Amino acid sequence: MTRYAMVIDTLTCVGCGDCVTACKTENQMPDGLTRDWVVETTTGEYPNLSTEFRSERCNHCSHATCVYVCPTGASHFWRDTNIVLVDSGKCTGCKACIAACPYDARLIMHPEGYVDKCTFCHHRVENGLDPACVSTCPTHCMHFGVLDDPAGKVSTLLRTRNYKTLLQETGNEPNVYYLT
Amino acid sequence: MIEEVLVTLRANPKIDPVLSTWSWEVPLYLFLGGLAAGIMFFAAIMVLANRQREAPFVTEKLVLWTVILLSVGMAALFLDLSHRWYVFRFYTAFRPSSPMSWGSWILIIIYPICLLQILSTFRQGYPNLARRLERFDIGALALDLSERFRRRIAWISIPFALALGIYTGLLLNTLVARPFWNTAILPVLFLVSALSTAAALTILGTSIKGERNLFTQIDFSLIAVEIFLVLLLVIDLSTGSQVQLAALDLILGGRYTVGFWLLFFSIGLLIPILLEGRELLRKSTSAFYLAPLFVLIGGYLLRQVVMNIGLHSSWVDYANQFDPQLLQLLQ
Amino acid sequence: MTGCAAGVRRPGTGELTVSPTICDICFWKCAGIVYKDGGEPWKVVGNPNDLHSRGRLCTRGTAGLGAYLDPDRLKTPLLRVDNNGNQRFKPVSWDEALEFIAARLRKLASDHGPEKLALFSHGSGGGHFKHLLQAYGSRSFVAPSFAQCRGPREVAFKLTYGEGVGSPDRTDMEHSRCIVLIGSHIGENLHNSQVQTFAAALHKKAKLITVDPRFSVPAGKSDYWLPIKPGTDIALLLAWMHVLIQEDLYDRDYVTRYTHGFTELKEHVRKFTPEWAYPITAIPAARIRETARVMAANAPATLIHPGRHVAWYGDDTQRLRAVAILNALLGSWGRPGGYYQQEKVALPNYPIPEYPKITARVQDANRGKYPEAYAGVSTAVFDASIGPDALYKAWIVYGTNLPLTVPGVAGRLQEAADSLDLIVAIDIQPCEVTGYADVILPECTYLERYDTLRNAPERRPSLALRMPAFKPKYDSKPGWWIAKQLGKRLGLGDYFPWKDYTEVLEWQLKQVGSSLAEMKKTGVKVFPRTTPMYFTEGTDIEFNTPTGKIEIYSTQLAKLGFDPLPKYSAHQEPPPDYYRLNYGRAPAHTFGRTQNNKYLFEIMPENVIWVHPTVARKWDLENGRYVRLKNQDGVESNRIRIRVTERIRPDSVFMAHGFGHTAEGLRLASGRGADDAALITNIPHDPIMGASGMRANFVTFLEDEV
Ligand code: SF4
Ligand code: SF4
Ligand code: SF4
Repeated sequence: MTRYAMVIDTLTCVGCGDCVTACKTENQMPDGLTRDWVVETTTGEYPNLSTEFRSERCNHCSHATCVYVCPTGASHFWRDTNIVLVDSGKCTGCKACIAACPYDARLIMHPEGYVDKCTFCHHRVENGLDPACVSTCPTHCMHFGVLDDPAGKVSTLLRTRNYKTLLQETGNEPNVYYLT
Repeated sequence: MIEEVLVTLRANPKIDPVLSTWSWEVPLYLFLGGLAAGIMFFAAIMVLANRQREAPFVTEKLVLWTVILLSVGMAALFLDLSHRWYVFRFYTAFRPSSPMSWGSWILIIIYPICLLQILSTFRQGYPNLARRLERFDIGALALDLSERFRRRIAWISIPFALALGIYTGLLLNTLVARPFWNTAILPVLFLVSALSTAAALTILGTSIKGERNLFTQIDFSLIAVEIFLVLLLVIDLSTGSQVQLAALDLILGGRYTVGFWLLFFSIGLLIPILLEGRELLRKSTSAFYLAPLFVLIGGYLLRQVVMNIGLHSSWVDYANQFDPQLLQLLQ
Repeated sequence: MTGCAAGVRRPGTGELTVSPTICDICFWKCAGIVYKDGGEPWKVVGNPNDLHSRGRLCTRGTAGLGAYLDPDRLKTPLLRVDNNGNQRFKPVSWDEALEFIAARLRKLASDHGPEKLALFSHGSGGGHFKHLLQAYGSRSFVAPSFAQCRGPREVAFKLTYGEGVGSPDRTDMEHSRCIVLIGSHIGENLHNSQVQTFAAALHKKAKLITVDPRFSVPAGKSDYWLPIKPGTDIALLLAWMHVLIQEDLYDRDYVTRYTHGFTELKEHVRKFTPEWAYPITAIPAARIRETARVMAANAPATLIHPGRHVAWYGDDTQRLRAVAILNALLGSWGRPGGYYQQEKVALPNYPIPEYPKITARVQDANRGKYPEAYAGVSTAVFDASIGPDALYKAWIVYGTNLPLTVPGVAGRLQEAADSLDLIVAIDIQPCEVTGYADVILPECTYLERYDTLRNAPERRPSLALRMPAFKPKYDSKPGWWIAKQLGKRLGLGDYFPWKDYTEVLEWQLKQVGSSLAEMKKTGVKVFPRTTPMYFTEGTDIEFNTPTGKIEIYSTQLAKLGFDPLPKYSAHQEPPPDYYRLNYGRAPAHTFGRTQNNKYLFEIMPENVIWVHPTVARKWDLENGRYVRLKNQDGVESNRIRIRVTERIRPDSVFMAHGFGHTAEGLRLASGRGADDAALITNIPHDPIMGASGMRANFVTFLEDEV
């Protein structure tokens, strides 16, 4: 399995939301639906404070509970990768996957009703491009690549920087990493 | 102090602010499925215990309702599907890792078993209908055969009834991302509740005193077990992870406290066990229908409340700074 | 591509067409590329050859299609008619609208003289109307970007270095090893390449020192955050100078070679010790010393950032002078990591007849005040448009929503409208100011028009082309067309000798060895530099100041009777139960221009008011509740949502600027959030150049009765 990962530097992210807008236009998302979002965490008391900005989306989990619960195979791993996609032609809208995702990363497509989610922009990845959100970020804080390539961008970052993933304890083995 | 807010507004319908992906349809299905499972189970047990004569209502009459209840449940499930014309996709794949896939295939097998079970006591339960059926050679043959194999059919029915009963709880339990469902007590509780509701329906429906009495005793014990299981569930969650504690808080002072304890626990368990206990002691029969009615309502409420709490309990809590309702202006 | 399951949406598989543009969602003018997928609008992305965007558009630029798609856009020319005493707008043809304006302007010229026409403009299309105005006989253009924004810094740097900072700012952040931000929240304001170079510095672990009473986004990324008491920045700047000089940390060679007045400064700041500054600024003396040493250690690659919106307290030119001087002490002007020298393309103008001689200046509106205002002061022009001795009798308002932009005018627009003979509003969307116009002309968006070539000062000279990706929607027209049509009707046809603006572009591009065809393909053409980007070490430089030196001691200010060296003076404190109103940008919006863009509305549909938890407790405010604000002069705001956060001082509140629209035509934006500009009614003016001090206002909370 080829593991794709996104590595996001919380130290440079300014929370501008460009990733969200870029995803909306690139993926022609209907009004009011979003595949990614930005969270701000502030810790401490004035004036001893710290903030962290995180652009969040589906984690393309190696252990993707959403894929496992899907009764029809609509939710699946793309080719032999960890990129989790939903095939609208197989999705019944039973919504089990939504309940199975600890990150609440899935959504219901409007008006059709099938389940949709971040695709890691596989339509760009297969052409050698970065996902839309990654390629637009004005702070260059997002990186994308193959995790198994030890010389690659993302592995190098993970080797040389401190990082965390979200909700490690769910056991979903998320593949979006946050540099801290 | 930690403040966590969304910088960009996030209000995906039915996902935010809390999951509301399932409303009444799924709980109704879980309830009816459980009820059908319970009926299958008791009908089979009575046959195997050679007590068909003492419990004719459940073995001969009620058993017909398994397919009806299941079908209504399935219809509810169908209504819930948000991409429903692709429903056939359930049957173009079998996904061993998906409880829902198991569930849909089990149903495919359960239907014929139910039919056989019905046929095996059809002549006794529905003589008029049986006579009509006998007009067709194949019908007569089917009746003959299933009567002959009545015990074998009962033997087969039992594991499938249990599977269906457990499945209704397992379905939620395996969605590990919802901390409240994430306890092994849930499938057992749902199974016991399934049996209890079937017993209650029998009490309500039967006109035979012995049968009613027998099932009141059974139901009394089942409710007692259920109360025990609910307490176990609370204990189990309270020894769980952070998110499970947070989920438990939803019923211990949180927004589902009333729903869980007043609606489900009191109406569905406490009141009926008291009423049935009184009845068993004093053999009073005046308002015998009250307790089973409460049990049935409670059975449904159990599923509805547990489902709501589960959907509400989450690993993440995205707090919007901006009013999400404003997005409606885009429509 | 095969092997993937059918039924996964794959955008961009239709027939793709691309065309270059220059973003107009803000004034940074990033070059971008518009994609159409099967003929349908798909997306706008950055042009990789462009220095402004470096291939990436910001949040707002990415949402550019929202402006084009907005169903609430102005659709046809509108004329104000009196309907039994009720004023309303009636859709008219372009002919009728243009003829109406031309008739009024002809009458204006003959009755009062053409210099009675003023132009408010902001953004790239304004050039067409400046041209029209000059042909007509007026040079009274005014943009709020001067007196309401970065005027004080331009004036202060001109006084000190003989030139301004310019836009895009000539800050060389990608090479900075230390950046000092004073009340500037880069990241919350999203000027594209500025954010990108700022982030590049962060990636390289440059030291970041942020002076801000609020825990802003860059404050959260800083090595040193100095939560200063609002309004005391000059004291801190003086103390820093004191440390640099006292501890001999300044760039002695640079100061000796290039500057004038160091001795006076040394004497001047002698008493401004960090211990003196501490009780004023609330920054401990040790912290002031430590940060000064960090600046010096990284000099000259230490950038004391000049900020952009710096019109705060009415003594802003002096504060920015202090910033300029501090940079001089560190030797960062003209050095890598400090301020680089910009270069543009020598692009000839299309040949046109000479403009008529015009003696009236826009500065006449200042009535003898603001001697250093080298550009028009919008508040002064506004004031000079009211009353019997008004200097102006007609306005063209191009893309400038005055009430949300220029503080203090919101309540007086009707008065101005009554006094003026004509207000023409040219805009893309209906907004507050268009409601006061006599005629409204719908311009098409930047995605539907050709425009002047972008020739911005940058690291390398470059030109960029804006061309239409779509046909103008509705009955909207490009700005150049509107200007030309008005010109023709005013008998100024000679000034618009082209049939189509592409002729102008083609001619200009030919002069620099390019062509429209080439630019349509590439969008951007970068030219080689002909001048050095930094000072050549060890050479003497003639600065454009009276002494030919960097004027630490300003001979010009001395001559005008102002302080030649900046001084600190205390500002007003909030009265009891009032909080200082702090405002700023949000990365998702440009001023008040984008709130109706559906993409941007979707991520930020309203603004919120930040309050500290102690304030929230005192007033019983909780997250998500709506309140109204009332300022010291009794002005009340629209309802605004509470955000309780530690990121704000207990004596201030903060909100993003640009919300609280009242124009009903803006169906998404109208009524959403509160407008800070309306709450700014106490406006000290900078005596040197006329900037509006916008941070001298205080608010308290009112229940929101819904
Ligand atoms: S984040 Fe959720 S939707 Fe994405 S792969 Fe993991 S479980 Fe599935
Ligand atoms: S990877 Fe693509 S689909 Fe996923 S959030 Fe980024 S832009 Fe959206
Ligand atoms: S900074 Fe953003 S809004 Fe401004 S011109 Fe560039 S892309 Fe457009």
